[in-house]
Amino acid sequence: MSNIPSGSVARTKMDKVRGSLSRRHRKQFILQAMGITAISLAFLMLFILLASLISTGHKAFTQTEITLEVFIDPEEISAERLPRGNFDDVLAAALAADLPSVDPNDRAAMRVVGGILSNGAQFQLRDRVVADLSLIGQTIALSVPVSDPYDQLHKGLLDRETPESLRRLDDTQISFYDRLIEIGAITSSLNTGLLTNADSRFPELAGLKGAIMGSFWALLTCFLISFPLGIGAAIYLEEFAPRNRLSDFIEVNINNLAAVPSVVFGLLALAVFIGWFGMPRSAPFVGGMTLALMTMPTIIIATRAALKAVPPSIREAALGVGASRQQVVFGHIVPLAMPGILTGTIIGLAQALGETAPLLLIGMNAFITSAPATPFDSATALPTQIFIWADSPERGFVSRTSAAILVLLTFLITMNAIAIYLRSKFERKW
Amino acid sequence: MDDLRAINCDVDTNATKISARGVQVHYGDTHAIKDVDVDIKERSVTAFIGPSGCGKSTFLRCINRMNDTIDICRVAGDIRIDGDDIYDRSIDPVQLRARVGMVFQKPNPFPKSIYDNVAYGPKIHGLARSRVEMDEIVERSLRRAAIWDEVKDRLHAPGTGLSGGQQQRLCIARAVATDPEVLLMDEPCSALDPIATAQIEELIDTLREKYTVVIVTHSMQQAARVSQKTAFFHLGSLVEYGDTDDIFTNPRDSRTESYISGRIG
Repeated sequence: MSNIPSGSVARTKMDKVRGSLSRRHRKQFILQAMGITAISLAFLMLFILLASLISTGHKAFTQTEITLEVFIDPEEISAERLPRGNFDDVLAAALAADLPSVDPNDRAAMRVVGGILSNGAQFQLRDRVVADLSLIGQTIALSVPVSDPYDQLHKGLLDRETPESLRRLDDTQISFYDRLIEIGAITSSLNTGLLTNADSRFPELAGLKGAIMGSFWALLTCFLISFPLGIGAAIYLEEFAPRNRLSDFIEVNINNLAAVPSVVFGLLALAVFIGWFGMPRSAPFVGGMTLALMTMPTIIIATRAALKAVPPSIREAALGVGASRQQVVFGHIVPLAMPGILTGTIIGLAQALGETAPLLLIGMNAFITSAPATPFDSATALPTQIFIWADSPERGFVSRTSAAILVLLTFLITMNAIAIYLRSKFERKW
Repeated sequence: MDDLRAINCDVDTNATKISARGVQVHYGDTHAIKDVDVDIKERSVTAFIGPSGCGKSTFLRCINRMNDTIDICRVAGDIRIDGDDIYDRSIDPVQLRARVGMVFQKPNPFPKSIYDNVAYGPKIHGLARSRVEMDEIVERSLRRAAIWDEVKDRLHAPGTGLSGGQQQRLCIARAVATDPEVLLMDEPCSALDPIATAQIEELIDTLREKYTVVIVTHSMQQAARVSQKTAFFHLGSLVEYGDTDDIFTNPRDSRTESYISGRIG
């Protein structure tokens, strides 16, 4: 050993270190590259999802409307016999006035003309007249939605190059449309009906109000049940329950419960809530109870984690000045854990908002044309509404399905943003 | 050292505040405290020293029954404060902790205002009948903890915003706010810098006038500086207990001597 100069020993050691250093750097580089690739891929997928939703869905946010000068003919509509008024004939006549090529006495041609308007147009006119009977005999300007094929044509979703026999609108109908465009009767406006109408068989009339209200009632029920029960259970298990086999067993099962497929909760609700207790089908209240079954384990787990995260020094401090166990828990631990608890709750509710399968099983995918006024009325929810629309054959529902998904995503992102805001606002540093 | 001796003469005339006989503590299968007998004098500072894991903190936590909160911990034996058995069935730990305050190793103010930190104890025990009375208690406690002048202008600022030493004095103020008879301190200076430590030590010396102080410390210099009596723990046993002067200058047990001279620990 003594004949080897110490400098060369140092050099060989440094060579080894250098060799291993480049290996370590390479490993780190590969790890970083993989991480960046994974994140890029995730963002790409998210981008594709949103881009496809927006590209198909944005068309549903506008609605093609037609403005008509309607003469409310007292011969067709009289104040005494309003329910039997021929509102559709009056509208068709008003349209025919704009279309000189149509003979108003040709009943077949008039039916085609009437088909330009949405089926809901006559009800809009009726509502106007019912609200103000003095309109009878006068001429009023009325904007009504056009029917789905014309809406599609206006939005460029109907190809004029398709052979006439395969097209949903024949050449005559297209000529009507062109004439109406020429005189400036057809306009596009923001589709407020998407949020203010309930469901309909006719895509141009279908809206999400029923689904949004249904989801609202269901989530409210879900929150009112799962929040107090979940927090209560978590506080008891974490702070008061003795540690023994029974509490271990309960803990394991709560974790299992969080992993049970949601459709199973749907079957349970169908059998127990609807079958045994005879609760109404399709009711958001029952939907909310079903969702509460799913949300509760999430809330319990999040709450327990939040309670555990409160530093033990706070517990000792409170005990040290003579606080009772209950005072320690409710005066110190729970308030400090609240941001975590709220975050967990909101994320649980956001999950519940997007849940479809259990709601399908309890019948919240029914066709219901009015928004629920109470949690006990039949209703759909946002995800089941998307399910129904995606299943509908009319072309107009394609863009409306995407639009409904965008609405649902907006709600979800809003809820998650609130969760993040609460967490950052109330987070405490020790 | 001379002044310390003068104090010791004082102490010996004091009555016994806490008396422990045959105290045993088990953590699960571990026998953490083995048959400890000790008498702690009123209005004095008693230091518990010993190597890590010797049981000095465990024994300290027996005195206000903080060990009750640990499921696997069992305490046997007899601990009396003014002759009352504190492990008696009729004694509620909550009531006991109003008599025996505690200051912890790491400053642990509640994430509340300075005022609320001090007012918490009196509030839960219902010691103040009015807002004015509470204000008095808070001021008196903060003065006793020698922190009043530093915080009097920001009583409603969060207690967690203070420096480490100030936080620890706030914790002492919180502990004395319930007017306890005994004050337990579990290594109160271990997380503090030397200046803050000196302030706390000075404070401990004044607290002796009103309270019976029991302090666990890792620093033998600290024990020598602040205490009148010292107990040396080793492997769960009380090896030697006596006047601080005697322990440090003339230990009777060879283990005490080894520890003090730095051979074990």
